[in-house]
Amino acid sequence: MTYSPHTDADRSRMLDAIGVGSVDDLFVDIPASVQAGEWQIPPPLAEQEVRAELARLAGRNRIPEVSFLGAGVYRHLVPSVVAEVIGRPEFATSYTPYQPEVSQGTLQSIYEFQSLICELTGMEVATASHYDGATATAEAALMACRLTRRHRIAVSAGVSPDTRRVLETYCSGPRIELVTVPIDLAEGGSGTTDPADAGAALGDDVACLVAAQPNFYGQLEPMQELADAAHAAGAQLVAVVEPTSLALLEPPGAYGADLVAAEGQPLGIPASFGGPYVGLMAARMASVRQMPGRLVGATRDAAGRKGYVLTLQAREQHIRREKAASNICTNQALMALAATVYLAAVGPQGLREVAELSTIQARHLAAALEAANVAERRFAGPYFAEVTMRLPDAARRHAALAERGIVAGYLAERNDPALRDTLLLSATELTTDADIERLVSALEASA
Amino acid sequence: MSYPDDLAYSREHEWVRVEGSRATIGITSFAADELGDIVFVELPEVGATLTQFGTFGVVESVKAVSDLYAPVSGAIVEVNDALREAPELLNSDPFGEGWIARLELSESSELDALLDAEAYAAETA
Repeated sequence: MTYSPHTDADRSRMLDAIGVGSVDDLFVDIPASVQAGEWQIPPPLAEQEVRAELARLAGRNRIPEVSFLGAGVYRHLVPSVVAEVIGRPEFATSYTPYQPEVSQGTLQSIYEFQSLICELTGMEVATASHYDGATATAEAALMACRLTRRHRIAVSAGVSPDTRRVLETYCSGPRIELVTVPIDLAEGGSGTTDPADAGAALGDDVACLVAAQPNFYGQLEPMQELADAAHAAGAQLVAVVEPTSLALLEPPGAYGADLVAAEGQPLGIPASFGGPYVGLMAARMASVRQMPGRLVGATRDAAGRKGYVLTLQAREQHIRREKAASNICTNQALMALAATVYLAAVGPQGLREVAELSTIQARHLAAALEAANVAERRFAGPYFAEVTMRLPDAARRHAALAERGIVAGYLAERNDPALRDTLLLSATELTTDADIERLVSALEASA
Repeated sequence: MSYPDDLAYSREHEWVRVEGSRATIGITSFAADELGDIVFVELPEVGATLTQFGTFGVVESVKAVSDLYAPVSGAIVEVNDALREAPELLNSDPFGEGWIARLELSESSELDALLDAEAYAAETA
């Protein structure tokens, strides 16, 4: 097909029709200070020159040899079948399956995804996915506001700082107030949210308590008590979870979570700066009409054959515009498919092994650091697969190790100045004993 | 089509029955027929205050989603909980079992802005 751009005559006819003198006049509302101005675009390059330039840029990436960085994104084995399936053009290029008669494969894959998320979380209904864990969390919190008709949100300081910033952004438009519930940051403290503090923050105008399990510091929160505190105030509990942990920990549905949100990246999606990742959200069926975004349902056609359709679309922006449950979400179908293929490939037993190996290696890591007198646990109490360690002169040593190709986790003082000289170290099933030995000896050498 | 004489009607196809200071509100048979099979009613909360011609809930049918507009102002004292399980009552008996809410009327002069059965019938003819 030939590309036919508008001609100058087309443009001037359109401008005349709307009574505007020039195209630039359409942008007068945008301050000159933020307009792009002249584009500085280099001259065209031949293909081999572009390749050479891209190779040069790619060479500037610093790929660590060993990494203990987690803090919300986790390095797991991604079976080759994931890339094979999501690379198929039927999936890779398909758009929103509004027409069920031509979209059964895509619809079924989304339905399977929703079913897997329900099974994993112990909830009754899951959406077709969201951009990422942070936006899924924000959407869940706004959904709680609609369900309770309340306008404040309490969020535990154990929720990832990035997620809390996104939540803040999402709350700024509808003028919903965010209240932060502190966690116990004392040396040797629990590193978790005290249900009494949560209770104190929950008034009769608070829609929900948002709490993470495990929390940002890897610590296991008293989710049952937090759910009870939320419910006692007539608020909902939004549980922000790490999906592989659900193979070992109690599912949110069992401790009374009303809404569940998660970053789905650990399920078959490589750790990559800027994503794409996928947000998971699940809820109780009684709340389904306030859920944001797409939902796929199973049904039967006129001949009695099983089929799949987008359902309950009256919640959505293409039906209801300003009254839609959300106008700022979409699904991440391809990444949701990656999670679906991953879960199908590893199965319940495989996921359990991923979670177990991750927790075992995290304990091995903490024990090795303590045995070498290099670092000690910053908090007491149970943790999952990420451990917060106190390390003298952490910032300098973290930088020194990075120079040597070792990412010694996340420097916690970036998030909270109360956590100086503290590293957040993650282990997964890909963390080897040799990796741990290398970290310990590099830290010893950097003292 | 004819409509019950003892009700007042809004151009948004809601009806109101006034008994003393109490007003019962619902949607008309015309609205229910136009919407088709109603599958969900989002009810207001008891205690909520409605403003005349302001929205107070939503009805969803197999073909459309529509806002509910209050025919009169007042505070909700009761909602028809039966509609949660049986939204089809809006189709089968819109002026009876399909009532939506009862409220304490705040301004009875607002009724002057509504239509009687005959005028509403003319409006929807």
